[in-house]
This record gives sequence, C-alpha cells and structure tokens, in this order.
Amino acid sequence: MGKEKAPRSKAKVRKKRWTKDDTELTLLSLPTVLWYLIFAYLPMFGVVIAFKEYRLAPGGHGFLYNLFASDWVGIKNFKYFFTSNSFAMLLRNTILYNIAFIIISATVAVGGALILSNMRNKRGSKVYQTMMFLPYFMSWVVISYFVYALLTPEKGYMNGLITALGGEPVMWYQEKKYWPFILVILNTWKGMGYGMVMYLASITSIDTSLYEAAVMDGATKWEQMKHITLPGIKPVFVMMLILDCGKIFNSDFGLFYQVTRGIPQSLYTTVSTFDTFIYNSIQSTAPIGQTAAASFFQAVCSCGTILFANWVVSKIDNENRLI
Amino acid sequence: MKDKEIKGQSSFNQIKTSTNVIFNIIFLILGLMCIFPLLFVFSISITSEEALRMGGYQIIPQELSNAAYVFLWNERGTIFRALFMSVLVTVVGTVITIALTTSMGYVASRSNYKLKKLYTWIIFIPMVFNGGMLASYVVINNILGLRNTIWALILPLACSSFSVTICRTFFRTTVPDALIEAAKIDGADQFRIWSSIVLPISKPVMATIGMFAAFGYWNDWFQASLYIQDKNLQTLQSMLNKIQENIEYIANNPYGGLSLQQYKMGMPTESVRMAIAIVIIVPIACTYPFFQRYFISGLTVGSVKE
Repeated sequence: MGKEKAPRSKAKVRKKRWTKDDTELTLLSLPTVLWYLIFAYLPMFGVVIAFKEYRLAPGGHGFLYNLFASDWVGIKNFKYFFTSNSFAMLLRNTILYNIAFIIISATVAVGGALILSNMRNKRGSKVYQTMMFLPYFMSWVVISYFVYALLTPEKGYMNGLITALGGEPVMWYQEKKYWPFILVILNTWKGMGYGMVMYLASITSIDTSLYEAAVMDGATKWEQMKHITLPGIKPVFVMMLILDCGKIFNSDFGLFYQVTRGIPQSLYTTVSTFDTFIYNSIQSTAPIGQTAAASFFQAVCSCGTILFANWVVSKIDNENRLI
Repeated sequence: MKDKEIKGQSSFNQIKTSTNVIFNIIFLILGLMCIFPLLFVFSISITSEEALRMGGYQIIPQELSNAAYVFLWNERGTIFRALFMSVLVTVVGTVITIALTTSMGYVASRSNYKLKKLYTWIIFIPMVFNGGMLASYVVINNILGLRNTIWALILPLACSSFSVTICRTFFRTTVPDALIEAAKIDGADQFRIWSSIVLPISKPVMATIGMFAAFGYWNDWFQASLYIQDKNLQTLQSMLNKIQENIEYIANNPYGGLSLQQYKMGMPTESVRMAIAIVIIVPIACTYPFFQRYFISGLTVGSVKE
C-alpha cells in the first residue's frame, strides 16, 4: 500500500473540491460498499456477543433487542473457552496441521513448477497441468464420497487390497493414527495443481535473457535454477507465505469435517480444529456467547499472525512485504 | 564438435532426454492420481448393487448396471429441482458478483476520486480481519433473516477483497485516464462510462472473476448446510451432503407397483450416491479445461503487489 502516497506534484493537481464526478463514482460503488458494510463490517461488531450472556428477553423481541438486554459478563466466555478441555487440543491441531500443509504444499508446488518449466514437451506439460487442476474444482463433499469408496471398512478399495495381500483390514474411520497422513495427503493433492501453475506462471515471466547470459557464462542447469529461477519466484513465494501464515488459525472446514464424515467421536481429538468446533457449536445448543468467544479468538489470532508475518518479512527483506 | 553444437541449437540449454522421460513419468502418475477419483466414482456408479455388495468397490466394474441412473431418472423431480437451484444460484450469483466487483474495482482505481483513500481501507481491512464464522452466521441468520432463502446462498459469497483487488489492478493498468476524460467531454456520466466503455474492454478480468465465482457457487455446500433446511431450496451439493447419512432422503416416487417401503429397500443405494457425485463433477470436468487460462491470468494478476 506504500504506493497510495502519490507524489506531491500529483497531489497538487488533484482537485480539492467534491465534484459531480465524485458523486457519480460514489453512487456507482454504493451497492458494493453496502455489501461490505453488511457482510464484512457488521460481523466485526459481533464481538460484543462474546462479552455477553445472551438470553431471550420476555416479550418475543428480535435478536438485537435480546442482545442488548442481555448482561455483560466480561471475559467469562473467554475464560470458559480457554479452560475447557478442548482448547489446547484445538490449538495444537489447527496450528500443526497448518504448518504441515504450508511446508509440504509449498515444496510440492515449487518443485513441480521447476520440473514443468524444464519439461521439453510443452504440450505434455499443458496436459499434466490440466489433469492436476481437476481436484481443485471438486468440492470436499464430492471428495468425501471418493475417500469413502477407498476407506469404508467392509467394501472399501483399500481394505480389499490389504486383504488380497494377506493383511488385516483396517477400520479407517476409527483409527486415529492414520488421519494426520490422510489429511495431509488430501490437502496436498487438492492444491497441487493450483500451486504449481501459479509458480510456473511466475517462472515463465522471468526475463529469458538472464538465462541466455548465464549459459554464455557456462552456468549449469542447477546453477541457473539457484541463481535465477529461485530468486525470480521469491516475491510470489514470500507473498504466499505471508497469506498462509495469516490463515494459520483457520482451517479448510470441508477437509476436516466432510472427509472424516462429520468427525466421528473416535477421531475427535485428532481431526478437530477451531472451525469444526465452532460449526458444531452453532449446530448444537451451546451458549452463543461461548461460541462467539471461540470465533472471536480465532479472528484476532488470524489478524495478529498476518501482521506479524508481514512485520518479520519487512525486517528481513523490506521489498517483499505485503502491506 | 562445432557442428554438433550448431545442430544442437534447438535443444540448447535443455535437460537431458533421460531426465525428461523421468519427469514425464512422474507427472503422468501425478496427473492420473488427480483424475482417478472421477473414473473410480464413475465406475462404481455403473456397477450393479449386487456386485458392490459382494465384491466391494472396484476400479473395474464387476457387473455393469444402469440401475443408479434409472433410479435418478425416476426421481427426476427431486434431481432436476436441485439441479435447477444449483444453476440458478450459480448464474444469479455470478452476475451479481461481476457487477459488484467490477464497479468497486473501477471506482477504487480512479486516481482523482475524492474518497480513494477511504476505499483503499474499506477493501483492505477485511483482508486481515473478519468477525469470525459465528458473527457472520448471526448477521445472516438473525439480523438479516435470510435463513431458507436463496439469498443466503448468494449474497455472502458475492464479493471479496481479493477479486476487487484484481479488478482494481487491472483497471489501473488498462483503462487510461485520457479515455475516461474523452468520454466525459462527450457528456457521458460515470455509470455510462463504466457500463459502455470499461466493461467491454475488461472481458479478461470479468472472465477471471466470473469463473472463480461460478465454480465457487456451484461447489458450495457450506452456506446451504448452515442456512437451508427447506427441501425445495436444496442444491445438488447440499443434497449430496444430506444423503451422506440418509440416502432415503431422495426416494419418494415408487414405481412398478411397489410400496414406498419396498422401493426404499430395493434402491441401489451405493451406486446412486456415486451417480449424484458424477452429476456434479461432469459439468465441472467438461468446462474447466476451457477456462483454465482465465484462472491462471487471475492468479498472476492477483499476485501483483499493491
């Protein structure tokens, strides 16, 4: 956003008075601004729910009336959430899964893009890219059916394979130890095409004369990659990293909820994240204030991590900061 | 030696043939892994219920059967209603998204607009902070009262700072101020400029935004699971989500003199689930290869730093 500060000369040229033009532009953007106010900014005030003990006031009033009539309870809802059994588990799951996802996805995407960019048959490379993009366009509901066909204990393909090889069938939906791997594999598999294509686009935009010059100087393929390609994709890489770090307290709800078929009790402590916890609370009769506390905690942490990641990047390498 | 070098000019600075073959094999395997679910789910959907019961899910169907698709055809009232809802939400949602996003992107891209700075912040803040899932739920459900309306599926997804930023960057670089000034001298107001000058030259960015929106709407089941209980408003995705627990959800029209109970007992449960998944994936699988380049251009524009 550094660019927003226009040079002084330009600022002088800029009209100071409100013109007809400004009115028209404001009217043109009015619907979108309203959308922003209702769907992006209004929920931010939802934070007050977390500090209240929501009760239905007598007389059948609307939600807002009940909310304002409810008592302030300070940080009681937060206290309840932080001291509950689930909190540490949710925090651990959400962060560890995200760290695994970020590292593995980035490695696969950069590695894949490097290979694709070196592939000699360009048409083949296009076909592979298209094939790998398909999972990106499938919803988790559809993927959960496919996973079910693989893993369902009696009829699933995996158990068929295992028994055919003389092994014992596995009760996949009840065994905790497999799920971290299953979730990491599925997440990598779904995002693979997207990541590779994005890094590939950034590799192809590198000035080819750099490579020509390097070859003149006798650089090997390996050296070219180290000194031209990797520095070339660094801005995109850093940007993706900041964005991913900003999402470290969030999780892809569908992955955790749909693929496990609604989180069975036996997997609860392995596959629950903040998002699944909040979703389940919304669907249950849990007090809305406690759910709001969890939800608000998550939002604040996300905001904190993205600003922190950006700050770290700005210290190390000011050119690549996002904000 | 020299001759060889000249001859090798075309393969200059290229990887060795053996490496290329290895790379191709790796990617062929990865590519097949990615389209495997589609083939697997399809082959289950055309396997007879009997074979599924005996042999489990197999990649090669043991015994072919069109029972699942016959069943879906028999229940076409339900299926077509869900399909219609999916298409309706996708089309209306995409149109609204394009209108909201391009107008905001255009206004925010004008360098002499008085509120430009304010708009930059309006767009930026939601990128780093949001009220959380519960607060959005409360706004949509309790304050706006959109539960069980089609708008609960459309409006929450209708705009995003990500796509507005893509638009703004695009307009800033491709719509010169001179063009706008010229139109103004001809007496056009900003709405006219936006609709008859800006939109026609912004087809690439509209395609990108539109595609992201369309696939997002088509694939959405989350909004539906939170806000839609009305059977008449189910989309294909939410129907698929519902029948995960209760396949009998869609069995309503017994035929051939069966009672509803007998009909439900005899339905090809397993293959029907997979057949519905196919109904959802096939439109996507058939269209995305053609629109892939718009996604890629969107990704690259999106990565231009502000």
